[in-house]
Amino acid sequence: MKVKYKKTKGLTDKPLSYCPGCTHGIAHKLVGETLEELDMLDDAIGIASVGCSVFAYQFFNCDMQQAPHGRACAEATGIKRVLPDNTVFTYQGDGDLASIGIAETIHAANRGENITVIFINNAIYGMTGGQMAPTTLIGQKTTTSQSGRDAKSQGYPIHISEMLSTIEGSAYIERVSLHDPKHVIKAKKAIKKAFTYQKEKRGFTLIEVLSSCPVNWGMKPIDALKWVEENMVEQYPLGVYKDKEANNG
Amino acid sequence: MGKILMKGNEAIALAAIKGGVDAFYGYPITPQNEVPEYLSKHMIENGKVFVQAESEVASINMVYGAAGAGVRVMTSSSSPGIALMQEGISYIAGAELPCVIVSVMRGGPGLGNIQPAQGDYYQATRGGGNGDYNLIVYAPESIQETIDVMKSAFDTADYYRNPVMVLVDGLIGQMMEAVDFDRPVEKRDLSLKDWATNGKKNHPGKRNIANSLHLGAEILEDHNKNLKKKYDRIKENEVKYEMINMDNPDYTIVAYGTMARVCRSAIKQLKKKGIEVGMIRPIALWPYPKKAFDEIPSTCKGIMCVEMSMGQMLDDVQISNRGRFDVAFYGRYAGVVPEPEEIVDAIENFEEWRVE
Ligand SMILES: Cc1ncc(C[n+]2csc(CCOP(=O)(O)OP(=O)(O)O)c2C)c(N)n1
Ligand code: SF4
Repeated sequence: MKVKYKKTKGLTDKPLSYCPGCTHGIAHKLVGETLEELDMLDDAIGIASVGCSVFAYQFFNCDMQQAPHGRACAEATGIKRVLPDNTVFTYQGDGDLASIGIAETIHAANRGENITVIFINNAIYGMTGGQMAPTTLIGQKTTTSQSGRDAKSQGYPIHISEMLSTIEGSAYIERVSLHDPKHVIKAKKAIKKAFTYQKEKRGFTLIEVLSSCPVNWGMKPIDALKWVEENMVEQYPLGVYKDKEANNG
Repeated sequence: MGKILMKGNEAIALAAIKGGVDAFYGYPITPQNEVPEYLSKHMIENGKVFVQAESEVASINMVYGAAGAGVRVMTSSSSPGIALMQEGISYIAGAELPCVIVSVMRGGPGLGNIQPAQGDYYQATRGGGNGDYNLIVYAPESIQETIDVMKSAFDTADYYRNPVMVLVDGLIGQMMEAVDFDRPVEKRDLSLKDWATNGKKNHPGKRNIANSLHLGAEILEDHNKNLKKKYDRIKENEVKYEMINMDNPDYTIVAYGTMARVCRSAIKQLKKKGIEVGMIRPIALWPYPKKAFDEIPSTCKGIMCVEMSMGQMLDDVQISNRGRFDVAFYGRYAGVVPEPEEIVDAIENFEEWRVE
């Protein structure tokens, strides 16, 4: 019998803890596949952050550390500096990376830390029950912006990929989305490129993944994907924001 | 090498190198800047890792990462910086990772000042991080003792898989003394770090995880029970103190670090006046040398705790004393170092300084 599809070795057999229809699961699969395909499972150290993906240390089939909220990039720096030939990656939500951990993220990029960051932007705090994130869209209702995010008092959606693209130490920055199969395939390519760049020791790589949170958005999974396509992609344009090879030769 | 003249902070740095430090992550703050400055040069020259982090919050989490990866790692800071590290310290203790944290105390609270103080006794021994955890805390009184403690701190941390804090004050950090780096220190039988998150190829057949999350009350309780067993072992084996002139003292002083040095002079002056004063000098602040207090002869008239704080170690003195003797406290703080004469005066007027 010909095997057409099988589960990646990059993920353990532990059942994922995510809600039905949540795209965290797809993102995990893409990272797991990449680690397997690039033969990194035996040397990789991943960092789980604080958010719905806090249990990522149970899911990725490599050595893992679990970081305090927002500190994943610092922890990754600590590891990568002492193990420069190992693959080191973080997996972080937008509360974790873009709010409490933004300093650690920017400085890791600025030092050109040779790590890969998988940044899940779902425009909300999933784990704590749907509060506003720095990435929440204007007008988006959350439990702490109940009449919709108001820029006057709550600021604007933060554009991490654009910001990090201005930083010299960044080697590869791309924003992708998981709202349909075509984009999932593109996301996989981006993730693979980031890990490949790390292997080639080019510097800091980050893939921003537009992701859905059907539960806290109060939508059916299908509608949530549509919402990503129609609202998030508009606010957060997809594409390559930094490619050191392309830019700097 | 013989004896050389060296500044305290630089001696801390060199002793760390002698102790086998592989990586340093830290953020500048007075009065400990010579530690990272010295290391920045010598670590990099020797192919080791030195990173100036963006903050103490980042430093301690870099330490977490490297400790998890299985190398000998340290950071160094002072009061407000150590305050920022508390979250990370709690995670490191929870994940049972070894590291060394140097804390060079200055005056507080808040930004306080940069003069020597001992106002961070609680911070070191009680911790500001969340949860039930303990650091092994050493409080040496001289540069030489700081070197000896630093050199063995990494072994101790590895042995117990626990953070070790070396607590000094700005005076020890800034003064110079003739010191010897070759004094033998205790070596421990260490097992391989087969728990390190350094890639599965280094430990085939299993996946290593550095983690402090244990959802489920009973699971976390079990983890805490295991931690407690370790802390009990540490209490059993790592108490470290010096008894000075304790044969038949009229009074017993309890002091640590710089304060103990000043008290040594006071004790000499008191002796000339015909007053015999002994001293219990804790070298480890945690575990605390409770049993030393049982050795105080019953003829002693009272215990005088002396600190460069408003009275923090005093709690442990009172707990250890268990009501046997009258207890008095004398302290100067916020950067003021008491003169020996003040302590002489305090002993002579013991009643005036008595505490309930
Ligand atoms: C220091 C600290 N502050 C707050 C929290 C509570 N907390 C847990 S998860 C979270 C937000 C996570 O949101 P995000 O990073 O967007 O990830 P998601 O859950 O959406 O995947 C917060 C605030 C914490 N664990 N630690
Ligand atoms: S709360 Fe949202 S982000 Fe978290 S698992 Fe559920 S759907 Fe996914």
